Amino acid sequence: MTAEVLAGALMPAVIIAPIGVACVLLCLSRWLDRPFVDAIAFLAAVAVSVANGTLLAMSQQQRLVVWLGGWTPRHGLSVGIALVGDQFSLGVALVASVLMSCALAFSWRYFTDIHTHYHALMLLFLAGMTGFALAGDMFTMFVFFELMGVVAYALTAVKVEEPSAVHGAINFGIINSLGAYVTLMGIGMLYASTGQLNLAQLSRALAQHGADPLVVIGFVAVATGFLVKAAVVPFHFWLDDAHAVAPTPVCVLFSGIMVELGIYGVARLYWIGFSGTLAAGQIARMFVVMGIATALIGSVMCLLQRHLKRLLAYSTIAHTGLFLIAIGSFDPVATGGIAIYVIGHAAIKSVLFLTAGIVLNRYGSVDEFTLRGRGKDARAVGVVFMLAGLALAGLPPFAVGLGKGIGDEGLLSAGFGWGPLLFLVISALTGGAVLRAGARIFLGIGRAPRGVEQEGMTGDEEHREIATGLNHLPWTMAAPLFGLLGAGAAVGLIPGLGSQVVQAAERFIDRSGYLAAVLNGSATYSHVVTPVAGWSAEGIMWCFGSVIAAIAVAGFALYAPLLPRVITAAAGSLRGVERGLRSIHSGHVGDYAVWLLIGVGAAMALALFPA
Amino acid sequence: MTVYPYVVAAVILLLGVIGIARSRNLVHAVVCLAVAQSATYVLLISIGYQHGGVAPIFSSSSTAPKHMVDPVMQALTLTDIVVSATVTSLLLALTIQIAKQHDTVDPDELRSLRG
Repeated sequence: MTAEVLAGALMPAVIIAPIGVACVLLCLSRWLDRPFVDAIAFLAAVAVSVANGTLLAMSQQQRLVVWLGGWTPRHGLSVGIALVGDQFSLGVALVASVLMSCALAFSWRYFTDIHTHYHALMLLFLAGMTGFALAGDMFTMFVFFELMGVVAYALTAVKVEEPSAVHGAINFGIINSLGAYVTLMGIGMLYASTGQLNLAQLSRALAQHGADPLVVIGFVAVATGFLVKAAVVPFHFWLDDAHAVAPTPVCVLFSGIMVELGIYGVARLYWIGFSGTLAAGQIARMFVVMGIATALIGSVMCLLQRHLKRLLAYSTIAHTGLFLIAIGSFDPVATGGIAIYVIGHAAIKSVLFLTAGIVLNRYGSVDEFTLRGRGKDARAVGVVFMLAGLALAGLPPFAVGLGKGIGDEGLLSAGFGWGPLLFLVISALTGGAVLRAGARIFLGIGRAPRGVEQEGMTGDEEHREIATGLNHLPWTMAAPLFGLLGAGAAVGLIPGLGSQVVQAAERFIDRSGYLAAVLNGSATYSHVVTPVAGWSAEGIMWCFGSVIAAIAVAGFALYAPLLPRVITAAAGSLRGVERGLRSIHSGHVGDYAVWLLIGVGAAMALALFPA
Repeated sequence: MTVYPYVVAAVILLLGVIGIARSRNLVHAVVCLAVAQSATYVLLISIGYQHGGVAPIFSSSSTAPKHMVDPVMQALTLTDIVVSATVTSLLLALTIQIAKQHDTVDPDELRSLRG
């Protein structure tokens, strides 16, 4: 009983507490000094992390279900709002709160000229992400999705005096809001068919209702908003604009967890709401096709960037594609592997963004070509950046490699023989792009670029986010940097983590268990025999394969002009493709809106036509 | 419920998106976004509507009416309107900043985020 009482207090608290602290900070902003504000916001994020960690530990034994206001179901029906905590939902909430703590600690010395509203927005952002992760019904998901969205638009444009920041924020705002409205239309359509909003009740009603085209369209519509947030092609255009211009600590949260929450939302929606009703083959086709497109376009665009933060943004898009493919394999092992991948990616991508922020502060630019060789005096930062680049490609013992290895196993057992190869190619391309940029900036090697390579957005126009360039690294900035890098490695080394996460994935996709927990109060997990998963010889081989391939990609990019003419001529014939891809990413919000419509149409076609 | 409200809502949403796509002014684009959102009001309200239904208000003294419109959908619509106000005001504020920083509000002339 005590566990339930504790959960009943903590689950609403992790959402309400950050909102409350944000309001108090805003009210008292006139009288509070900056260090106080920083300390209070940081402590609030740490407290939420501790609470999330406690809840996560409790959710090992049973699903935690809290009906707000005590509106518990009678005879399996309720009009109340449920918060549901299982290992996945509390896991993503924990990642969000830990990243928020790191970002707030980093902001302490990073911004000199920032006001309380930044801290308040960050805490509201945390509340939005936590609420979205824990919500047990579609409309509550939508509300927290919107809260997360609106706060994110504002955070993107925190530097209001910077022209590209406000431009990126409005593109982000319009496209994400459009996606959210499509989601709301879908929620309305599903409510019209079933009269339910709660995921568990919806799932049960849909199983009786059966799969008609309206239900499929409703599912795709609801998923659209989440896929926009997850930056799946062709909904991805906002992401590279927003990430390139948002302040660095905000990018950490965008790339580290907000985008992944979109994938989490789609997976939660499918498994709990629709896996008992819809034809699995068609939905799998929609996820896998969109995932492959996302991974390929993201990684190619990543290689074409010279703006460091934009490069990292495209790498996030590429990895999101991999996550969606693994979700679309409908395999618990692949799903578990991808969960570890998400944790590792959150840590490593955060490290990369923080390094980019330190580079911006020190040299006043994030442009790979402008900074060529300038970073030679920042050895520690350079080593961290290159190590993170290798970790992104899958270097053991980082968690990215562990997740990739387990994900490969799952994809193979699901019959996706091409899966490991695609994962290797994408890791090599994105890791290679990061290594190339790092080698240019911190080692000063490679040829000066010519011609078409110089096209695209430069990183010179970005303003410094603090008044003067820092020549040494304050500990409040170094601690999150090294802490996250260490965490990325430590998570990969936790013994037995693989098997545990695969078990959590089995529980995540267990629709009947979720329904029983929410509607009938039988919260214990059903027993399933889960395969042992962890570092395997084959997985490590694939990891080293992708690391070597990434180094090869970086070397090729750096020394391309030295190659025999046959190869450079062949590469030259791809320039047309490169120009085409660049011109699609136009920064024009009208184009993006059209792509959104095309994407909705394509997703519906993929989900509707029989496989 | 007939198919009619679905068609109206889809058309309004489409008009909003087309408006954003063809927009030469960000204020116009933001208003088109609000138009697209009004499609959701139409859909939600018409889903909750009952022919001959009354407002869903009861007290302990009166008996519950037989036909009433769905209060859940009205609550959803109200929340949706709040969201709309927030999004529209924030985006308009951003548009003002764009006008200050870029000296234009025409998306065709905003060139800072290419490639």
